[in-house]
Amino acid sequence: MDLNFTADDLAFQGEARAFIAAHYPPALRARQERGEELGKEDYLSWHRVLAKQGWVAPGWPVEYGGPGWTATQRYIWSEELARADTVPILPFGINMVAPVIYTFGTAEQKARFLPRILSGDDWWCQGYSEPGAGSDLASLRTRAVRDGDHYVVNGQKTWTTLAQHADWGFFLVRTDTTGKPQEGISFLLIDMNTPGITVRPIITLGGEHEVNEVWLEDVRVPVDQRVHEENKGWTCAKFLLAHERTGIAGVARSKRGVERIKAIARTETDGDRPLIADPFFRRKLAELEVDLTALEFTELRTLAGEAAGKGPGPESSLLKIKGTEIQQRITELALEAVGHYGAPYFRGFGEGDNAQAIGPDYARRAAPTYFNMRKTSIYGGSNEIQRNIIAKMVLGL
Amino acid sequence: MDFTYTDTQDMLRDTLGRFLTENFDFERRRKVVASDSGRDPGIWKALATELGILGAPFAEAHGGLGGGAVDNLVVMEKLGEAIAIEPYLQTVVIGGGALKAAGGALADALIPEIIAGDAIIAFAYAEPQGRYDLANLRTTAKQGGGGWVLNGHKAVVYAAPWATHLLVTARTGGGQREADGVSLFLIEAGLPGIVRRDYPTVDGFRASDVHFENAAVPADALIGGEGAALPIVEQVVDEATAAVCAEACGVTRMLHRSTLDYARQRKQFGRAIADFQVLQHRLVDMFMEVEQAVSMTLMATLKLDLPAAERAAAVSQAKAKVGKACRFVGQNAIQIHGGIGMTDELAVGHYFKRATMIEGQFGSVDHHLGRFEALTIAA
Repeated sequence: MDLNFTADDLAFQGEARAFIAAHYPPALRARQERGEELGKEDYLSWHRVLAKQGWVAPGWPVEYGGPGWTATQRYIWSEELARADTVPILPFGINMVAPVIYTFGTAEQKARFLPRILSGDDWWCQGYSEPGAGSDLASLRTRAVRDGDHYVVNGQKTWTTLAQHADWGFFLVRTDTTGKPQEGISFLLIDMNTPGITVRPIITLGGEHEVNEVWLEDVRVPVDQRVHEENKGWTCAKFLLAHERTGIAGVARSKRGVERIKAIARTETDGDRPLIADPFFRRKLAELEVDLTALEFTELRTLAGEAAGKGPGPESSLLKIKGTEIQQRITELALEAVGHYGAPYFRGFGEGDNAQAIGPDYARRAAPTYFNMRKTSIYGGSNEIQRNIIAKMVLGL
Repeated sequence: MDFTYTDTQDMLRDTLGRFLTENFDFERRRKVVASDSGRDPGIWKALATELGILGAPFAEAHGGLGGGAVDNLVVMEKLGEAIAIEPYLQTVVIGGGALKAAGGALADALIPEIIAGDAIIAFAYAEPQGRYDLANLRTTAKQGGGGWVLNGHKAVVYAAPWATHLLVTARTGGGQREADGVSLFLIEAGLPGIVRRDYPTVDGFRASDVHFENAAVPADALIGGEGAALPIVEQVVDEATAAVCAEACGVTRMLHRSTLDYARQRKQFGRAIADFQVLQHRLVDMFMEVEQAVSMTLMATLKLDLPAAERAAAVSQAKAKVGKACRFVGQNAIQIHGGIGMTDELAVGHYFKRATMIEGQFGSVDHHLGRFEALTIAA
């Protein structure tokens, strides 16, 4: 056992850090520092820089455009991205649909979709949840009926993240209503410009337009856009969920979040001292860091297991639960730290407006972020469902 | 021992509850909050004239109903149930409370205006550097021109955009955090030299950062003794803290109730999610938090007349407990609702946002635990 990185790993770390410092778009950095809301182009600008370098899809096999990094290098890379507070690479294409396509797709599907996912030319969204199918995803009712070499799809999806920007979506649809619910589901890739698709915004607690309802009315989808066999969509979905959960611990981002709170707490005053000297606040920060370290080393153990050839198993539910709890606690502490200036609400106030002069910059997003991050214990399988998975799959209950 | 309400208080609760149900349901609230001014002045006027409740805690000599802190509790709890945005806390509890404590000609003149719904008072006490310390003031008042000249910056003054008057803390002497030298002024909101920057708040109110730039105020605006107003400020803030605890009781009760309803009706895996024991226990935990919040609010409200140190200890205990209840009940209401709880469309999220802001209002859980410790636990 050894907790230290090898010389090669350290060299890689230096290279990664230098690359980010040299190539992160300065305009994007400035917008982030002003606490501005980020849009499609903001995410894509960084995506394109990494795509050009060949580093945008660290987890992909080399043959499809991955950099061929080891699990440790991938870990270092995600740490460096978080350390530099870069905008995230959106997961729907790179981390979600692509692994399904290169694992279960045909040669034609790989050639058609993977390069455009890599380059950022296609923006993807995920059509999974339905109003009646949340935690119980397998009860989904969006129907796909075969008509010659097409499926005709009817139904409604919800919580579809950033579908308003999407060129393509991957959808779970019902192709068979007999038998067990899991056995009648297929995995379709749908062009979001197909006639019959309507995307309607859902505004969330912090005022964001992040998620949508997607209505499908007689949407004709070519059969060659089905991944894997008909009625085998649940296999793809389970595979994808396991992939989704490994990144969900968010250790590196949370470390960055802790540092950000410390910076706020050094600036905020509490009587004759900075807030960071307040014993209550310090104790909560310390507890948070202890829990974050526990999460980090649990993730590293999982990672080591993966490197030794074990796929991510139901243990990743632990990473999801603890990871999201920590992310939420960070936003709680941030909101506590900013005090009175958590209350002002600036959505709809443009640049040059009086919003620029009210309170410190770091306070501006504290409350909306706190509200928004409540989603993390709900999405990707709620934390209650994750506990059921551990109870059943790990403890055998 | 008696925890029953008087007939007048029962009537106050029923009348206000019915009025808000009929005139300020969630859809109405949404429209009002999004409007230019962010409020419907007709509601406030109706509270004054139709319902006559703005006089609830004032003496009959001033035209009030002769009630007190318990009447404020009744009103605030109902306002919380409707997540109403009426400035009752700022105007009646705080402004009225300060006037009652100080008495004199200003009180005689202004209390009837409050009762009539003509005066709205905002409380400009917090400063960017001060956190929850009421004496930590950089705003100054210096004698000049036959009155006082104010300079300084007040942070996040709820209801200021709507106010006819401001209740302002300022230093007439002493160092930045000294108890001595704190003075209290009640001034007209439109005086020259008062610059407001208005904005909405995350919980649906309007607020302002208020800058005093050589604002000249008359000599008789001073409430309480020159440099000796901190005890009044502390008393008024304790009364206000008890009042937001009461509001929190209404807010968390509605959060619990709507979550219970939703869990009964939402089906997954072929049954209502309320059938799952893990959620039943969570709903029970939420229920217990609400009940304890109610207990602590009554305790603190009934101790508001005790000597300052006992009053402060009671209020801080209550706020610490209620602050935790706001967080626990609010977060779990959203969690049990799932995705739909994250939407702006449902009322539950708006109750959660108000509950979250109450957590920090007049001091966080940590602040009040610290204050309680300092007052009661000898090292």
